Amino acid sequence: MEVFLVLGLPLLGALLLAMLGARRFAAELNVGISLATLMAAAVLVLRVIRHGSLLVWHDQFFVDSFNVFLVALTAFVGLTTSLFSRPYMRIEEAHGRLTPHRLRLYHSMYQLFMGAMLLALLTNNMGILWVAMEAATLSTVLLVSLYRTKASLEAAWKYFILCGVGIALALFGTMLLYFAAQQTLGREGMTALLWTHLNAVKTHLEPQVMGLAFVFLLVGYGTKVGLVPLHSWLPDAHAEGPTPVSAVLSGLLLNVALYAVIRCKILAEGSIGVALPGRMLMGFGLLTAVIGAFLLWRQRDIKRLFGYSSIEHMGIITFAFGLGGPIANFAALLHMTLHSLTKSSIFFTAGHASQTAGTQHMDDIRGLVSISPTIGWGLILGSIAILGMPPFGIFASEFLILTTAMRHHPWATPFLLLAFGVAFAGIFSKVQPMVFGESDSRRLPHSPALTPVFVHLALVLILGVYIPPALAAWYSSAAHLIGG
Amino acid sequence: MLKSHLIAQLVNLLAAGLLLISFAMLSRRRTQRLILLYAWQGAILCLSTCLVAYDAGLTELYYSAALTLILKVIGLPWILHRLIERLGAQWDREPVVNIPLTMLIGLVLVIFAFGLAQPISEMATTITRNTLGIALAVILLSFLMMITRRKAVTQVIGFLAMENGLFFAATSATYGMPMVIELGIALDVLVGVFILGIFFFQIREQFDSLDLHHLEALKED
Repeated sequence: MEVFLVLGLPLLGALLLAMLGARRFAAELNVGISLATLMAAAVLVLRVIRHGSLLVWHDQFFVDSFNVFLVALTAFVGLTTSLFSRPYMRIEEAHGRLTPHRLRLYHSMYQLFMGAMLLALLTNNMGILWVAMEAATLSTVLLVSLYRTKASLEAAWKYFILCGVGIALALFGTMLLYFAAQQTLGREGMTALLWTHLNAVKTHLEPQVMGLAFVFLLVGYGTKVGLVPLHSWLPDAHAEGPTPVSAVLSGLLLNVALYAVIRCKILAEGSIGVALPGRMLMGFGLLTAVIGAFLLWRQRDIKRLFGYSSIEHMGIITFAFGLGGPIANFAALLHMTLHSLTKSSIFFTAGHASQTAGTQHMDDIRGLVSISPTIGWGLILGSIAILGMPPFGIFASEFLILTTAMRHHPWATPFLLLAFGVAFAGIFSKVQPMVFGESDSRRLPHSPALTPVFVHLALVLILGVYIPPALAAWYSSAAHLIGG
Repeated sequence: MLKSHLIAQLVNLLAAGLLLISFAMLSRRRTQRLILLYAWQGAILCLSTCLVAYDAGLTELYYSAALTLILKVIGLPWILHRLIERLGAQWDREPVVNIPLTMLIGLVLVIFAFGLAQPISEMATTITRNTLGIALAVILLSFLMMITRRKAVTQVIGFLAMENGLFFAATSATYGMPMVIELGIALDVLVGVFILGIFFFQIREQFDSLDLHHLEALKED
């Protein structure tokens, strides 16, 4: 029942917002729907904590500790982003970059995007997972090109074509998976693609087919995670789309895509053994982290900068999942949570910072603290958190990943340290002059909603100092489930 | 048994036709011609799906053949045709790689695809298993077409042809995906084409052309 509420509310909301159009209260309605979704998700979480994993509606939906935590995270960041976007989009409208008509599109697509991501997380069917991922892409394509400028059209086109190709490869992988399932489960129509059924027989799946399927699935969904070499859509889409969209792309969509990869990894490992899928994830992850960190240096646009930072962090998380084992998986899950909280809060402040300065060009953004202390401090604190400084939580997760890597795969340590170091220097040297110093910018026409920023950062701080035992147990059971 | 054998031969013949069309697409530069070829590809797909459905006695596959007919033989080509007429984008520019070289790369891709599909085809129990290599080749050739063309419309036709290849792979290896998923895929493709249609107009409005070399401003600096 809760599952249907979680899925139905955003879809209903998308319909409602599309019909009600550009009314004044559309932004408030958007917040309301997001809040309702979060409450439904909270009920679902409680139920899973109390009764363990659930199978709903002829096994078509599946909830376990791994995906329920992502559902909660998605619904939470969905709410805070909608809170942030209310004043943000009004300022954009006041600056003349948007019309009420486009705002209607924005609100409707925002909810559709949320619904598609939640469907991707909750479905038990690998085919529906694919359909939902594609739906999430399509709903964001129009959001990326919302401003209809040349640059945003280019970004959206690149996003569409590159992710389209990626998702097509993932479809081929899904087909191979279905093929392997048919060999074992027989021709059962719908049930042969159910993850729980596949998981039960994963040791009997044909290793040769599963190996090939995993390669296609990894490259396909990996495109959406932003793994190098198919990452080039990510910074463009983040820089040219409206900021709330950058925040949900970075904070949520990348996680959901990675979730799909991990689900496939669990199946592939059962069939072909731990070594190959794990090594592939580690290789892609390290490459992504290092290249992402070096590309940070060349950025001049504030949102591109943090887009590349997301690439780097997704690389680190992918690497940690590749390491496998309870500790690395635990660290990866923790890092996923903390990265989405921190990165979305950074995008919130970066969005307002560029609104204040009238540009996204970092050389022209100066003295944020003197214009608006909350924006300035939010940005610097967020950057410190994302760079993995104690006491923020990312320090803990990166430390765990690093020490596990040292113990089991010492060769990876220098690469990890290199990525951390280069990213640190790259981001810090660019953020510091933006925040401090002199400025002559004007104030914003609507006061920004920065509560979400500080709520996110406070959570990241708390998780760095103290992880509640309930949450730790939850992560541990999810980490155990992923295995490896 | 004999009948089944005949059907398998027919499907193989159709598969060869599909591959031939993919090569023809690589060599054509007129957009209208490409759309016609795309429609033919859909028709072959529809026919081969019907044959497989008849042989295996699966009603589900008839539905997906009907879906192919409506969407890929009539619907999408018509939408694309109207778009081209309204946009006046009749010709593609000279491709990035010249056509004879593209053909040669295509040949290499076909050999690669057959090599990759070989072990899987041996495991398959469907009558059409030999065609998996061709399906993979069609996917890779369409991919090549997307890379080497510069016009937005041509890239989209390449994208759709790739989807055809995927569909063919699904029928040849597994007698098609479950119906719900196929419907989902069809819906996604349809919505995708609508979005692209909107895109074409936006791109032309902004750049006065559908040429993708305008879309190269966002680079690392």
